[in-house]
Amino acid sequence: MKTLADLKKIREKALEDLKLRSGNTRVQIVVGMGTSGIKMGAREVMKTFLEEIAERNLTDVLVTQTAEKRLSSEEPVVEVIEEGKDTVTYGNMTPDKAKKTIVEHIVNGKVVSDYVVQPGD
Amino acid sequence: MSLKRIDLLICCGSGCVSAGALKIKERFDEVLAENNIEKEVNIIETGCMGPCDYGPVMVIYPEGIFYQKVTPEDVEEIVNEHFLKGRAVTRLMLQDKDKTIRMQKDVPFYHKQVKVALENCGYIDPDSLDEYIATGGYEALGKVLLEMSPQETIDIIKESGLRGRGGGGFPSHIKLQMVHDNKDEKVKYIICNGDEGDPGAFMDRSLLEGDPHRILEGMMIAAYCMGASEGFFYIRAEYPLAITRIKQAIEQAKELGLMGENVFGTDFCFDAEVRTGAGAFVCGEEMALISSIEGERGNPTPKPPYPAVQGLWGKPTVVNNVETLGNIPSIINRGAEWFAAMGTEKSKGTKVFALTGDIRNTGLVEVPMGITLRELIYDVGGGIIDDKPFKAVQLGGPSGGCLTVEHLDTPVDYENLKAHGAMMGSGGIIVMNEEKCMVNVAKFFIDFCVEESCGKCSPCRIGLKQMLEILERITSGQGKEGDIDELLRLGESISKLSLCGLGQTAPNPVLSTIRYFRDEYETHIKEQKCNTKVCLDLMHYEIDKDKCIGCSICASKCPTNCISGSREDKYTIHQIDCIKCGNCFDVCPTKAIEKIPGIHPEALKR
Repeated sequence: MKTLADLKKIREKALEDLKLRSGNTRVQIVVGMGTSGIKMGAREVMKTFLEEIAERNLTDVLVTQTAEKRLSSEEPVVEVIEEGKDTVTYGNMTPDKAKKTIVEHIVNGKVVSDYVVQPGD
Repeated sequence: MSLKRIDLLICCGSGCVSAGALKIKERFDEVLAENNIEKEVNIIETGCMGPCDYGPVMVIYPEGIFYQKVTPEDVEEIVNEHFLKGRAVTRLMLQDKDKTIRMQKDVPFYHKQVKVALENCGYIDPDSLDEYIATGGYEALGKVLLEMSPQETIDIIKESGLRGRGGGGFPSHIKLQMVHDNKDEKVKYIICNGDEGDPGAFMDRSLLEGDPHRILEGMMIAAYCMGASEGFFYIRAEYPLAITRIKQAIEQAKELGLMGENVFGTDFCFDAEVRTGAGAFVCGEEMALISSIEGERGNPTPKPPYPAVQGLWGKPTVVNNVETLGNIPSIINRGAEWFAAMGTEKSKGTKVFALTGDIRNTGLVEVPMGITLRELIYDVGGGIIDDKPFKAVQLGGPSGGCLTVEHLDTPVDYENLKAHGAMMGSGGIIVMNEEKCMVNVAKFFIDFCVEESCGKCSPCRIGLKQMLEILERITSGQGKEGDIDELLRLGESISKLSLCGLGQTAPNPVLSTIRYFRDEYETHIKEQKCNTKVCLDLMHYEIDKDKCIGCSICASKCPTNCISGSREDKYTIHQIDCIKCGNCFDVCPTKAIEKIPGIHPEALKR
């Protein structure tokens, strides 16, 4: 520990530990985890998101869940919420679709229009 | 690779632990493993979150949902519903009137609080140096070492108006300045006083347990100001977790090079160690504390010389309270002006209090100086249990005094409390409802101080014992005309003549209760009556024949067989044999047994 910059480096790495608590995230991925969602494989979808995020070390992406019922015919449903942008809703998700969403939408910022079931408001 | 998506913060402050927090944690480990999601949930045992009365409490992020009074049986539901399906468990949320409170930030208990020293307590993992650094930890230390001179640092503390949080309220910068100015002496010491002994107080404990690195950082900044390279944490043995956490923090800081030789590449070298107190209350007094660290009996010595001149092993020493040190990193990071903007003219910043007694929200709180007692008791504390009338509040533990209804709008700061015969003390607040006997309260505190007096000086050793004997006479119905004046005379002399703070302040509870509740003393002495029915010798039990159904339960539970009667004649207590154990009162199904102030005429005749 020689300079404040050294400390800052440790801080930046350590902030990862507090990510969930700080509320400072760029993107939030909300997975619908109602009973029907789970039945249709929402847990696998969520797990894929978590794995992909960890693998790519995306420190500013948060995965949360909701049990709110909507679009139950299109389960599993996933919402991508970004500050200053419209919320995007994807339906009929699978682990493979989740991987593609991470690459195209979360990393490259391009909405995967094929999966969109209802534009957010 | 981290799959973490939930931070589960379980409060492991002393209140929640005794309510079963650790069992809940174990249960979470089991249930999470059963469901195969142990990698997705990060369980953190935090320091005290504050609202002990709701305990065991927990907060779940990213939402920030607050659960209270959780039991191990609730764990399965939390995992299944909340963690797996995202449906927060409403029945475990706090109910405030008709509202369900979901988030921790919406809990009314926190609304008037401002957290400075407690900023991270209950929010970070106290075992993790990384989490402390993530909140900006050790940046203040880096800043002073690399960018500021010791004098500039002292000036900031001076401008902030920080005063000692241990009780006296001595301006913190003066001690630092005195030792800083002593250029002849090369060896200097800093001591953190963690010998918190007031009944009902747990502020220092919570800080040491909940955010140990903050206290360590504060100590190092103070050491830099005064030119010390060695520090001691004096913590009482009754706080084993606090001791473990501080020792661990020291190790962690050394490992990362935040402590030891040439910190941040500067000339500043620092080492600290923990010394354990053996449980003597007097060792919270700085001279006694110093003797104890030296390996001597914990006796105070006359001042001057003050520790800043001649302290530990004869070297210049600064003794600071835990909370005082805990404020320093924030002052450096956010500036003196920010700190001085909080509080009153002469008392700046915030104060941590331990709220206890007949109050709804017992717990650990931090409020700006100058908050009124009413806000503290009713808004933060949630008022008196069962909405009983408020009678008095004891501030400052055995060294402090009581305040009454008429002081509810008094701003809480050093000067105002002192003016009314109480004191800030270290921050213990005991709230009392109208059922408390003030003579008995005074007796309790004097009894405590008699026990804890080190015996070195006679005013404290003999005088307090005299006061206790008078109070024992008064509460047992043997009070005499002139007792009150004698208590006042003794109290004032003991305050003036005692060697250290213990004796000087010990009469305060008696003096202040006489000041505000003299009539209660007089009723005890002249009418031999305790109107609150607390003093057993000055009350009696009687059976209301109209309510008695003659069931005989009271008679069967009476250990002295002093209740007799029949279904027809109803039951009667024979006062001479009654030992007032209260069994009959507790078991009567129709509440026919009453507590009545005063000695029963039958017992009086004897």
